Amino acid sequence: MRTDVTKINEKTPWQGLTEGLQMFAGGTAKYFATGEWRTNTPVLVQDKCRQCLLCVPVCPDVSIPVKDGKRLDFDYDHCKGCGICASVCPFGAIEMKEGIEP
Amino acid sequence: MKSIRERMSGNEAVAYAIRQVNPDVMPAFPITPSTEIPQMVSTYIANGEIDTEFIPVESEHSAMSAAIGSEAAGARTMTATSSAGLALMWEELLLAASNRLPLVLTLVNRTLSGPININCDHSDGMGTRDTGWIQIYAENNQEAYDNYIQAFPIAEDPRVHLPVMVCQDGFITSHAVENIELLEDDPVREFVGTYQPEEFLLNPGKPVAVGPYSVSNYAMEAKKAQEDAMEQAGEVILEVAERFEKMSGRRYGFFEEYRTEDADYIMLIMGSAAGTAKAAVDELREEGWKVGVLKLRVFRPFPAKQLTEALRGCRALAIMDRCESYNGCCGPLGMEVPAALYRNKVMLESVNYIYGLAGRDFTVDHVKDIFAELREVADGRMQAPQHKYINLRSE
Repeated sequence: MRTDVTKINEKTPWQGLTEGLQMFAGGTAKYFATGEWRTNTPVLVQDKCRQCLLCVPVCPDVSIPVKDGKRLDFDYDHCKGCGICASVCPFGAIEMKEGIEP
Repeated sequence: MKSIRERMSGNEAVAYAIRQVNPDVMPAFPITPSTEIPQMVSTYIANGEIDTEFIPVESEHSAMSAAIGSEAAGARTMTATSSAGLALMWEELLLAASNRLPLVLTLVNRTLSGPININCDHSDGMGTRDTGWIQIYAENNQEAYDNYIQAFPIAEDPRVHLPVMVCQDGFITSHAVENIELLEDDPVREFVGTYQPEEFLLNPGKPVAVGPYSVSNYAMEAKKAQEDAMEQAGEVILEVAERFEKMSGRRYGFFEEYRTEDADYIMLIMGSAAGTAKAAVDELREEGWKVGVLKLRVFRPFPAKQLTEALRGCRALAIMDRCESYNGCCGPLGMEVPAALYRNKVMLESVNYIYGLAGRDFTVDHVKDIFAELREVADGRMQAPQHKYINLRSE
């Protein structure tokens, strides 16, 4: 029987953890708000964006959501502010701002 | 049970066992004196005798990394190395254990640099004693073969799920050809069984993350669970040994007690030099000395309680280390054995000796000299000369 990892929390005794802390679930990174680590923040300038989507595949944190073929605003819960999107944007539509706030 | 009488080196014996087990994957990088093992396995593969996937990697760091990935993916995986190769695997050894992967590594013991030297001592294996691997040491080619076959059922037992290091002495065991009794292929395959991990990466519909980052609120509990598995391993090692005895007729435990029953003086030793010590004991017994050898087979988990019981009652003990700890007081066994005795309240005279570093000869006469010294110490005629080097040139 697989351990139900949703029932494990910071009060679980050592005997109740999974072996090697194996995680029996997919996509759990979304529960970890790594955006808190950000010291620089990308800001989308809507007027300049041509929806070429070049920024999407280069994001190491999958923090540029796409819906119906168009990119949406950044997922700031997970964006670490690396700035790769800003440097690949051919239209200067992504500006890097100092600090954690967009 | 039918056995096959052969003559083989330790490396050949382990390669033969690998052929019989037919593991799924072997990533390996050559290093003296273990090079022959991947070389011979490659030949078995090239001849179509086994279907193991051999991955020629660019270093031992990569060998252990590939082994971890492969084992986590769900494949029965093993590798071989020696000395600096094991040192280069260091970081990954800890990951293999903490990710609870039942890998098997055959270690052909060779000294660590420097000075650079290719001959036997236990500094490589001892250096990794706190990496969380089970460690089993062999006296000769027969034990290297037998231990190897037992390694998989130990590692893969759900109570354990820890990697196993199967050790034999470089050149002395790995390259010397001795008589051996091999088992037939089918019983070995049946003994080892098919590897069926419960959780593995290449398992569609059952996602699992292996080795995720752990915050402080969980990491200490994970380490305790890993330590508990090492404790459980003791029981499993004995169960597997019992099953192995039924198949082969050869008996194994945490250690071998050779003529220790009524012994006043015991030498505790690991690896090939145990054979030398036994030969000396036989000669001394002829002269009426009550002497014996305790050959440690399982170094991790460390059988502290069982050792204590086996040593209780002897007058003096020689603790033999084929490794220097550079701690200013003793070798690794010289530290752990007295700790076990003290913890279990068995107080006996013990002397820690360092021998055989980087292939230095260790002979029957050296063993006899040590027993003579033990008697002097036990009789109170001399102070225990702790941390003493055997067969060393000195002013």
